[in-house]
This record gives sequence, C-alpha cells and structure tokens, in this order.
Amino acid sequence: MSTNAPGATGTKSPGATSTTFPGFADPVLDAQASFRAVLQAMSRPGQVQRVPHPPELPPGLSPAAAAVLLTLVDAETRLCLNAGPVAAAWVRFHCGAPLVAAGAAQFVLDSEAGLLALDPGNEEEPERGATLILEVAALAEGSGWKLTGPGIRDEHRLQVRGAPANFLADWVTNRARTPCGVDVILCAGDAIAALPRSVAIEEG
Amino acid sequence: MSGYNFAYLDESTKRMIRRAILKAVAIPGHQVPFGSREMPLPYGWGTGGIQVTAAVLGPTDVLKVIDQGSDDTTNAVSIRAFFRRTAGIATTESTDAATIIQTRHRIPERKLREDQILVYQVPIPEPLGRLEPRIAETRRMHGMADYGLMHVKLYEDIARHGHIATSYSYPVMVNGRYLMSPSPIPAFDNPKMDQMPALQLFGAGREKRIYAVPPYTSVKSLDFDDHPFRPIRAPHACELCGSRDTYLDEVLTDDVGGRIFVCSDTDFCAERQAMKEAAE
Amino acid sequence: MYVATKGGERAIGAAHAWLNEARRGDPALPELTAAQVEAQLGLAVDRVMAEGSCHDRGLAALAVKQSRGDLIEAAFLLRAYRTTLPRFGASQPLDTNAMTIQRRISATYKDLPGGQVLGPTFDYTHRLLDFRLAAAGGLPSGAPEAEPSTEATPRVTEMLAREGLMQREPACEDEPGDLTREPLSFPADRSLRLQALARGDEGFLLSLGYSTQRGYGNNHPFVGEIRMGEVAVGFTPPELGFEIDLGDITVTECQMVNQFKGSRTEPPQFTRGYGLVFGHGERKAMSMALVDRSLRAADLGEAADAPAQQQEFVLSHCDNVEATGFVEHLKLPHYVDFQSELENVRTMRASVEAAK
Repeated sequence: MSTNAPGATGTKSPGATSTTFPGFADPVLDAQASFRAVLQAMSRPGQVQRVPHPPELPPGLSPAAAAVLLTLVDAETRLCLNAGPVAAAWVRFHCGAPLVAAGAAQFVLDSEAGLLALDPGNEEEPERGATLILEVAALAEGSGWKLTGPGIRDEHRLQVRGAPANFLADWVTNRARTPCGVDVILCAGDAIAALPRSVAIEEG
Repeated sequence: MSGYNFAYLDESTKRMIRRAILKAVAIPGHQVPFGSREMPLPYGWGTGGIQVTAAVLGPTDVLKVIDQGSDDTTNAVSIRAFFRRTAGIATTESTDAATIIQTRHRIPERKLREDQILVYQVPIPEPLGRLEPRIAETRRMHGMADYGLMHVKLYEDIARHGHIATSYSYPVMVNGRYLMSPSPIPAFDNPKMDQMPALQLFGAGREKRIYAVPPYTSVKSLDFDDHPFRPIRAPHACELCGSRDTYLDEVLTDDVGGRIFVCSDTDFCAERQAMKEAAE
Repeated sequence: MYVATKGGERAIGAAHAWLNEARRGDPALPELTAAQVEAQLGLAVDRVMAEGSCHDRGLAALAVKQSRGDLIEAAFLLRAYRTTLPRFGASQPLDTNAMTIQRRISATYKDLPGGQVLGPTFDYTHRLLDFRLAAAGGLPSGAPEAEPSTEATPRVTEMLAREGLMQREPACEDEPGDLTREPLSFPADRSLRLQALARGDEGFLLSLGYSTQRGYGNNHPFVGEIRMGEVAVGFTPPELGFEIDLGDITVTECQMVNQFKGSRTEPPQFTRGYGLVFGHGERKAMSMALVDRSLRAADLGEAADAPAQQQEFVLSHCDNVEATGFVEHLKLPHYVDFQSELENVRTMRASVEAAK
C-alpha cells in the first residue's frame, strides 16, 4: 500500500513490551473510517457512532476506546493510561505514545482521572485542552441527558449508563470555562458519542 | 499512485491534522495551529484545504472541488485530479451527489445537508490581520475576545462611505465567541454559514491554521443595529437560468460596455436550466 | 447565446506538454543531464539544497533541471519531496571545528592559527566575461596542489571567548524544536529562528542584512570567520545507542563578531551572529549571520525597531516557497470577489452622485 507511511502500523518505541494483540486490520482505511466516526460524533454531540476496531482486543479496553487510541494517539501525543498492563503493552506497541500523569496529558484514558484535574488549555491556546476517553456501560439516543449547543439543531437526547457519579456537576464547571476545557469521547462496546466542551448537558 | 500513501499524506501527518480538526470542531471559530506540510501544490493554491480533505477523505467519499463557484476553473480541475490520482476516489460536479466539497471563494447555492462536509481553502485565516499584522497580538485579542478594533474599522467605513465597505472576507462571529474569517467568499454567502446542517472545515496551509464551524451553529456577520449587514449581489437575472437570487458573475461581451450576468455556481445553474427545459 | 468556457482539464494537459517541450529546448542540442547540473552548476545545486532544506545533491540537480533553472521552483520541488520522507530522528550537532577546510578566512586578524585559506572563490576575480567558456571544450589548467595542512584551525570566536571578550552561547540539552513539524509561534527561540533563516530566501536575507549595514538596526559586524568544507554527520539510532557516521557533507559557516555595549548585568563584550548553510553558500551564510544577530537585539536589551530586528516580520516572510505561492496565487481567478468589489464601488459611487 505504501512505502513511506512509517506511522501506518504504529511506531514501535524502544523497549516496548511486545503484545500479541493486533492493531487495525487495515491501518490506513480503518483509521480513516474511525476518524470520520469521531469527527461526526464531535460535530454532532450526543449522536452515537460505530467505529471499526481491531479484530481482537487486549483486556481492559473496549473496542471503541481501542479504535480511538489507534486513530488519534501516537509518539507525538502525551497519553495518560490506566487500563491494566496488557492494554498498556498494546498501546505502547501500536501507538508509542509517551505516558504521563493525567494533568499533563493530551489524551486521557483513566477512570480515576477527574474531568477537572485535566489540562483545560489556556485562553490563547484553548486547543491544548485535553481529550478524555471515557469508558461507560452503554450509550443510547432518544432519552436521557438533554444536550444543547453547537452541532445540535434544537436538542439531542443521550442516555449514558455508567458515567462517573459527579460527571454532570463537573461538566457544568468544565463548560463554564469555555473556550478552555476538556472534550470527552464516551465509549461503550463499539459505540462512541462525544461531548465537546461547548455542549450544555441537563439531566433528563 | 504508487510510492505514496492513500490520499498522499503519511499516517502520522493525517493523525496530526485529525487531532487539530477535532479541537477546531470543539472550539467553534478558534484557529488551531497545525504542522502544515509542504504539499506538491504551491502555498496559496489550496494547500490547507487539500490537507484537511486528505485527512478526512475515505474510499467511499464523492468529492466535488469548486473555485469561484465553478467546477471547471483550472485550479479546481487540478485539485480534483490530485485526489483522483492519490486516493482513487470518485469525483463529481454535482453538489447534491458530493459528500465532501472543497471550495475556494464560494458556498454552493444549493442548501447543504447533514451528510456533507464543506472544506474551505483559506489564504489569510486571521480576521484581524489587516488591522493588526502581529500574530502574537491577534492571539491575545482572541483570547480576551477583544474585538473593539474590528468594530472601529467597520464604524469608520460607515462614517466615510455611509455603509460598511467590505464586500468579501466579511468577518463573522461564531457561536457568540470567536471572530472568524469566512475566507474570501463574497459577503453574499455569509448568511449560508449560519445554522448550516453540514460541517464546515477551514484549512490555511501557509499560515498553518485549521478552524471549524460545527453544524447548526450560530454564525453572524458583524454589523450595527442602525447599519445591518447587507449581502451584495449584482442586481440582475442570470442570462442562462434566469435566477434572481443567486450570486452572479459579470461577463464582458465586448469592449464598449456590453456585459451579461451568469450564475457563479455552474452546477446550480445547469440544474436550473435543465429544469426549465424539462418544463418547456 | 453565451456558453461558459469549458475544458480546463484539456487546457492544463496541453500547457504541461508545452512546458516539457520548452524545457527540452532545441532538440538539435544535446540534453543536459542532472549529473552535469550537479557537477557544473554546483552553486545552484547548493542553493536549492539550502532553501529546499534537504541535503541531496543528485535530487537538487534534478530539481534544477526540471525547473528549467528556476531555483525557487527547484527548492519547492525538493521541499515537496522532503515532506514525504519518513523521519528517523535528529543527527548529532555538526562539529564545524573538525571541518576539512576548503576555504577559511577571517577579517578580524591578519594571520591566525590555521591560516587564511582562499579556496575556490570568485573574490578577486575580475568580472570580465570569459569567452573561452563560450567556446566548447578544454579542461582548465589545474590548480597547484598543496600539502594538506595538518595544523588545527580553531574558531576565531572561541579564541576571543577564551579571553572573555566574546559572549559564550549558553549550552542547551533541550531537544530543539522543528518548524517543519510544529508551526512557528512567537516569540520564537534562537534555535527556531536559525532554522527558519537557514531555509530562508537568500535574496531576502541579503537585503535585510544589507539594511542593517545602512543603519536600520546597525550592529557593527566584523567577519570573525567564514569557513567552508566537509563535516561528518553523526547519528545515534535509538535501537543501537551509539553514534554512527552517515558520511560527510559540505557546509559554509559564518560567525560575525558584533559589538555589544554591555548591560547592567553583563560587561561590554562581543556577541556573535551565526550563519550555517548546506554547500558553498557564502553570501547566504553571511546574510544569515547578520540577521541572526539583528534578531537578538531584543534579547540583548537593545532597541529593536528596524525591520531586520523584528522576528515576526523576518521569520514570517523569509521563506520563499511560502512567499512565491502566495504572491503567485494572485493569478488564480478572483472574479467572484472582484464582482463584490465592483458592486460595492458602483454602490458607493451612486451614493456620492445622489448626495450631489
């Protein structure tokens, strides 16, 4: 397919613990399809999208979270990861991202990490605000949280099962600091939904 | 094309651009710096739009490229050929059939849909640039939402000319927060950006910035209560399709004042002509 | 009835075919080979490598041939190729102290360790057209061979620094930024500024450097030293953990010695402006050194109001691939915007008429 796509199969960092779990079956086209799903999700907050994912997964990662990592994270992004050693080895091998503490990370996959403990960027560089990849139990449209804001015509309903207890309270604080803030990609099975910092959430 | 990756860019470059696009979508109207690459087309000729399109495009997409509203202008032809060659994807001249539309200087007349993405080529992303050329300074102004300078400029226009004398690249406020350049589209097209169902992505290659307007987002052209924004078009009907509400090109037919007006959006005009013919 | 012009694709194809014919020129003459360009138009090749920021003489020569000798176009071709290459890492810093010297001159000392070495220079040639070159053939009578010098060639700036007269550059172990990967933001640090200048347009930097000599930000420069020759490029692959030698490249280095009046914290001493380019590019290295020193004005607490001292102005405009693209894009159709301006001016004129 390509003679000069060094990142196509993931960057191997020195000393990476090897993994037997694969990345995307088609590193180029699966990453593209997965990105389009994330882009669609981020553009239309609360809309549930399905992502292509690796044929076999390390324990500790949902198919969706694995796809999001493969799509967006690489040796040039700082990652905070707390998903167990097998998943960590898989991420090191396929993404090669330097691992850092939650507050210093651009991408965070750590159920312990609170929304408000992550980097919100600053007024001049709000794009430095982190992306939180949050594993939840289930995502469904049509009922639940009432979302409004850019990307949503009137309102959108999203039911999230298994979100952290204080998530909605934290979200109010997160949204109040826009344009700074953290953006969230919710993952459940092979489904994702996104909550950009600009979206308002009311409990439904 | 052998020797190159799908859609030309290598995967790590695509990831970098994709990360920038997602942040741009999450912060509507904010210019996100990105590591713009040298492309095999010159800076100023759509390298930003091309990089955005290349990072977004997949094998099932259908791409339309327009320049000045037309599919057949030379640079549009060249960019379309670039993607046919590097991504092997289908291209179209039909706005309706396209999933991704890359444009320079126009928004199509046909209302865009939720399943479409509009990619703008942007020469100068900084709306304050003509008033304050220093990037460090304009970045501070965006951070503080300090847009007094732009209001003063527009007000001076009114004082001097009786109305706002900006006819293209007319600045807009996005989601009530960021002042944004709509790229050099005619001000006539500005209202189409407001609450558009399609996602709008903007790529500035030479200036290394990406920004975005998510679907259904407020985009307001700057104006004053007593001097509301007025889109400008030539007050004529299209010579070919008779349209009186589309943007028109002025075509000189001789050198003694002969001229006709035709739709700038060639696909829209052709569709209307076909409908007219069918009705006759 | 009016029919809009069609056939952009065919027109482009025909134009490119014509370009190919024009490039080849008179078919009765032998075709120029890239190897001939590389060997005989070596300074053009060097300039294209510098501004294309890619060291590959063969590819640069090909680019010169392909671009019909348009060197900015050639630099652009090389850049567009460079950007597709995988990035393995950064080399070790070049040690120009260990250069195999072809040319080395100092304007600040009559004689000095290592000596003055003129090398292959246009300096002191009388610029008279040499009609013998117009007639074909003949090898030049060889230059006299000298024994290679075994004497060390220490840097002039280092000798001054040992005496405490030259400001030392702070050592820095940080990974330098890479402006081809991350967009420049302002203020840019010196390593990024030097990167931008090293690939900047020779003509632009020449004029800016010249402007400092004429009083727009004068910094009293002396050529401490210009040296040109081969240096080794070392690279330490992370998987090996030790340095390997990738080969030698020719570079030109210029160190300007500039006056500094001193500040509250620092005594009066000399400071340096630095220039380094691929190949034999003396004019560029000197201009770069002048502009580098000018851009340090603000850091050194000097007035910084001349064009060459303003980093946003200099760094945003020194890249000729960016500049040529944007200037030349004005020839693309702009009739949609022009139409808006036409209607705008007509409206304004009508309101002026009505007010009479």
